[in-house]
Amino acid sequence: MTVVRISDDALAIACGADRVARRFAELGHEVVRVSSWGMHWLEPLVEIDGFGYGPASPADVEAILADQAGGLCIGKIADHPFIAAQTRLTFARAGKTRPLSLDDYAATGGWKGLERARTMTPEAVVEQVKASGLRGRGGAGFPAGIKWDTVRKAANPRKYIVCNADEGDSGTFADRMLMEGDPYLLIEGMTIAALAVGAQRGYIYIRSEYPHAIAKMRAAIRLSAQIVAPFVLEVRVGAGAYVCGEETSMLNSLEGKRGEVRAKPPLPALEGLFGCPTVVNNILTASAVPFVLAEGAQAYADYGMGRSRGTMPIQLAGNVKYGGLYETAFGVTLGELVEKIGGGTGNGRPVKAVQVGGPLGAYFPPALFDTPFDYEAFAAKDGLIGHGGITVFDDTADMAVQARFAFEFCAIESCGKCTPCRIGAVRGRETMDKVIAGDRPASNLALVADLCETMKLGSLCALGGFTPYPVMSAITHFPGDFVRESADAA
Amino acid sequence: MSSMSQTPTTDREARLDAAIRRHAGEEGPLLPILHAVQAEFGCVDEAAKRRIADALNLTRAEVHGVVSFYHDFHDKPETRPVLKLCRAESCQARGGEALAAHAERVAGARVKIEPVYCLGLCSVGPNAMVGEDLYARLDERGVAELIGAM
Ligand SMILES: Cc1cc2nc3c(=O)[nH]c(=O)nc-3n(C[C@H](O)[C@H](O)[C@H](O)COP(=O)(O)O)c2cc1C
Ligand code: SF4
Ligand code: FES
Repeated sequence: MTVVRISDDALAIACGADRVARRFAELGHEVVRVSSWGMHWLEPLVEIDGFGYGPASPADVEAILADQAGGLCIGKIADHPFIAAQTRLTFARAGKTRPLSLDDYAATGGWKGLERARTMTPEAVVEQVKASGLRGRGGAGFPAGIKWDTVRKAANPRKYIVCNADEGDSGTFADRMLMEGDPYLLIEGMTIAALAVGAQRGYIYIRSEYPHAIAKMRAAIRLSAQIVAPFVLEVRVGAGAYVCGEETSMLNSLEGKRGEVRAKPPLPALEGLFGCPTVVNNILTASAVPFVLAEGAQAYADYGMGRSRGTMPIQLAGNVKYGGLYETAFGVTLGELVEKIGGGTGNGRPVKAVQVGGPLGAYFPPALFDTPFDYEAFAAKDGLIGHGGITVFDDTADMAVQARFAFEFCAIESCGKCTPCRIGAVRGRETMDKVIAGDRPASNLALVADLCETMKLGSLCALGGFTPYPVMSAITHFPGDFVRESADAA
Repeated sequence: MSSMSQTPTTDREARLDAAIRRHAGEEGPLLPILHAVQAEFGCVDEAAKRRIADALNLTRAEVHGVVSFYHDFHDKPETRPVLKLCRAESCQARGGEALAAHAERVAGARVKIEPVYCLGLCSVGPNAMVGEDLYARLDERGVAELIGAM
């Protein structure tokens, strides 16, 4: 009997992992379901004695067992260049543990950060997070320690920890992988946050498109309730609104209201959920904390560049050859990520553009591939790293269509609170339709630029305020795509 | 007046009350209740909105405002089977738009093709979801088979 390890992550399952697992079981072998290594082009990936075989189908199972699946064998998984070259601090357990096994978690250094935090004063815990340089991984890059300190100092004794697992950005899946693959890490991070600020309750707000993550997190919360007590955690499920990833909209949603964005101030740190001081952190922010506490702030801060300290779980997506999760220190260039690590496009065509940071992120041409992955370096190029998703497009992409989609997405998802976003997005889409149809492109593009300026300045949140990034970057870097043949010119 | 004190007169009302009661004690109970009702009945209709409003001491307009804000809640049940097809950027980059057009042609009026913006499987698109089941690396044949089996 052979012991076979196969991921039970949603992506592996979507690629057929359950069918492959069943086939091994039918033949009498022991199947252990583990987290995903994050090499998505190889899923379903089968691991036997450290060797990987993928992408595997049920029909390959007998050949794999007979060691005759030469083409599928990738050698030792841990030695694969995609894995060996990463610096996995947050995703240290990826591929290695059974997601819901408390034994596996404890045996791989789990709860060490929490144990250490329990011996420290709240102030000292916050100091560690500050000294690590950890910034919010949800997009805005706000220093986590400063946010925690504000909540810690707030007078109201009733406080909350809210974890933002809305992960609505296309091109991102690290939150999902973390929740499905290492749920106790998030629980440990949130519990440390609760100790540091004096919170009694925590909510994890997960988008409804993630049923697997919801089930795993709920099970993990049940199984670890004793360990994190008296802190109490609960999963809440979103209801299909992208804007609910914005923190104040999320708080309204948790309170049972329309997910409209709130004006700031007051800051959620002072008046957040039910008017109480609240830490809102992204999944990856909270999940970076156990390492900081266990290994020390300096061990984390030693990685990175400039004001971007530590590592970022980068997500390689879209038309990319080697798609998946790549955690590395800040400072790696965009070109290395796309061409070297990602291997270029999946179909071998030239790369035309990459969108970094989700639907509100800019489109970068290969000419900007020397940009280092760093909050400030991306801002300097009129872009953002957002949640770390990179979507690769080949040379068949039509950037005018992509610019139109950015407006359309904003129109669909706008919470409706401010006019520049609610009306501007619709006008933008209509105007882009004219540009695409070749109707007075020059004057219509000038109108689009005007509209973008208005949205940038007059929107309450980044949905309206950042939609100009994908639109204007497409126009700026790919002007040729906006010169169209007029339909009636012929 | 609370619906809990109002005796349920139909089986439907009894089921509705059970869904409300399961979550009424939670902090911010409205979304969990709406999810439960949507799952139970396939929609949150007018009668449900009123009963939920009564139970939570809200106005019917407040409940309606919340229901209408979120894409997941519907006024009427969908009678057709639904295929949620991802239409977001990473799936676009992998041929998702052409696939969506093909899916619409195959589905006709029998199956509803509903757009969804990202399923978190962005490296293996185009992707779809039916109920809670996920499908990756879809091509024209794959999506046609999927629709055919619905
Ligand atoms: C439209 C919009 C959508 C957002 N979506 C998310 C999201 O899905 N996940 C997330 O963590 N942050 C999202 N954010 C950012 C949050 O508002 C907030 O900055 C973040 O949750 C704070 O956590 P952090 O400091 O740990 O990053 C979004 C912001 C906007 C404006
Ligand atoms: S910018 Fe758009 S989404 Fe953001 S608050 Fe204004 S209307 Fe709502
Ligand atoms: S863009 Fe389709 S799954 Fe993310």
